[in-house]
Amino acid sequence: MKTDLFLATAIAAISVGAMALADEIRVLNWQGYGTDLDWAVADFTEATGHSVVHEYFNSEQEMLTKLRTNPGAYDVVLINAAFTPQAQDEGLIGPIDASKIANLADVPSDLVENQDLNAGGFLHGVPWTWGLTSFAVNTNDFSEAPTSIEVFWDESFEGKVSIRDDALEAVQFAAIATGQNINDINDLGAVESKLAELMPQIRTYWGSENDWNQFMAAGDLSVATFWSGSASRSMTAGLPVEFVVPQEGAIGWLDGLSIPSSSTKQDAAHAFIDWMIDPAFYVRWAEEGAPASANAKAASALPDDAFNKRILGDPEVVARVQFQRPVSDENREKYLELWQGLKAAQ
Amino acid sequence: MAVSLVNRDRLRILGLLSPAYIWLTVAIFLPLSAMLYFSFLSDVPFGDTEWAYTAENYAAFFQTSTYATLLWKSIRLGFTVTAIAMLVGFPCAYVLAKVIQGRSREAMFLLVILPFWSNSLVRIFSWAIVLRGNGVLDLGLNAILPFDVEVNLMFSTSAIVIGLVHSYVPYVILTSYLALQAIDDNLIDAARSMGATKLTILWRVILPLSLPGLLAGAVLIFVPVVGSFMEPRILGGRVGTYYGTVIEDQFVAVFNWPLGAALSFILLAVVLLILAIASPVLKSAQT
Repeated sequence: MKTDLFLATAIAAISVGAMALADEIRVLNWQGYGTDLDWAVADFTEATGHSVVHEYFNSEQEMLTKLRTNPGAYDVVLINAAFTPQAQDEGLIGPIDASKIANLADVPSDLVENQDLNAGGFLHGVPWTWGLTSFAVNTNDFSEAPTSIEVFWDESFEGKVSIRDDALEAVQFAAIATGQNINDINDLGAVESKLAELMPQIRTYWGSENDWNQFMAAGDLSVATFWSGSASRSMTAGLPVEFVVPQEGAIGWLDGLSIPSSSTKQDAAHAFIDWMIDPAFYVRWAEEGAPASANAKAASALPDDAFNKRILGDPEVVARVQFQRPVSDENREKYLELWQGLKAAQ
Repeated sequence: MAVSLVNRDRLRILGLLSPAYIWLTVAIFLPLSAMLYFSFLSDVPFGDTEWAYTAENYAAFFQTSTYATLLWKSIRLGFTVTAIAMLVGFPCAYVLAKVIQGRSREAMFLLVILPFWSNSLVRIFSWAIVLRGNGVLDLGLNAILPFDVEVNLMFSTSAIVIGLVHSYVPYVILTSYLALQAIDDNLIDAARSMGATKLTILWRVILPLSLPGLLAGAVLIFVPVVGSFMEPRILGGRVGTYYGTVIEDQFVAVFNWPLGAALSFILLAVVLLILAIASPVLKSAQT
């Protein structure tokens, strides 16, 4: 009884002590993307005293607009590495103080030294999660998963193929199929003719993860491009699909957590980012379906049969990945024109 | 005295008209003007992006053949859907107006209106369930027929046409019904007493008299079908790229509002042009 009382007092004292330093930090992220998990935020508040409020964006452009128009409103923001240089260039985000993020030591150096996250010569985004855009096959139609991206052009799957209705993704996908660097496509003509050959194979385009799952469940598709995180969710949900990283390679993306230069709560923001790349948080998040963690220690802490360890944990697979770099407006427009032209010709 | 009467009339007219016209101004004219303004900008004027006035968005239409090809494809779709809807809707309206009476007519009418009470997206997704291979239609036919058939209309132009006709056929039925109902039965009896065959009656009496209603229905359908984007996207799959879907992409996917707005106004201009060309026919039908 007495010890209970003592404990309670001690906890109260500690929490009061913590409260004195408590800040309310505002996080800008996609909705439902890790940082806003109830249990994670509650644990963080309990451990540090800082409370967390979320705000959401629906596109990278919207995120940048929010940072531009509301200086001081946000303390942590999720930025895809392909957009970090732009945010840094516009002075929207500040450098990260690595000494305040203990878990950064467990992130492999190739990610910490990623060219885009280190825009302006300093680390401006802490590598958090990464994933792939590759493809998945319906295991009812394949006794063994294919190893080559050429399966999309295999005539026996005519009318059973799908890719996402997105110009950039389509062009980069064809760049991989034609053996080009997705960030420096020299032969756009080859990309165009490769996609033109693909068109008759396509049954429909998919737009969202939900679309994709429905088409696969109905047996409309045998092989379709897909995102690694979504594939892991679909497999967990029991769809007969298998994610493939072909020998030709795959498109990779990397998300980082950054701190706006206008944030007045730098310490709390650093603490939150440290919390987010902690293995303890990641392992629990992965149970609910998370992308791959940038933290090597977190990745190896997963059970051996976990999707992110089984497929994305293989260093040979990672070596085949081409990470997306920023795309200039000029190229973006060129790709869009190419893709729309191909679609209109159908 | 006479002057004040005219004034009072004017006030009454103003009072009756203003709710509709104020509503139209606020809900249609203002957003449309904003879109017209957008269509002459170089970038979306949100945040602190830099923008300038330009006519480039309109020029973009002519720089590639993509947009013109798609516009032509959409116009063809508009004609096809309108023609099928007229063929399906007019006989139905005739039966409703002239053949059946009383309660059963009410019930039949309800069945025509019923689709209007559900959300259009729900209707299109139900079609997707029916039309796909291994779907309701496929399973149903195979259960009845002694031989195996494979029905997989999903993701084809036919699927788009089926979905659109279903969505819009009630317009033709309603407008034709009103016109057919206004035809005096004595006229038909008179024609019959003079020895006209059924076909002659239809061709010389019923069709000319109900033409204004039929054509009004056709115009009501044609305009939204040319700009449709949801039905082609969901039911059309690979062949479902139309002018409307490209406009939608500009707003939703690539965030190029000015180009989307310019393409919309080009569509508006083309549709108005088609209606203007058709107007002599439409006008003669009304007299």
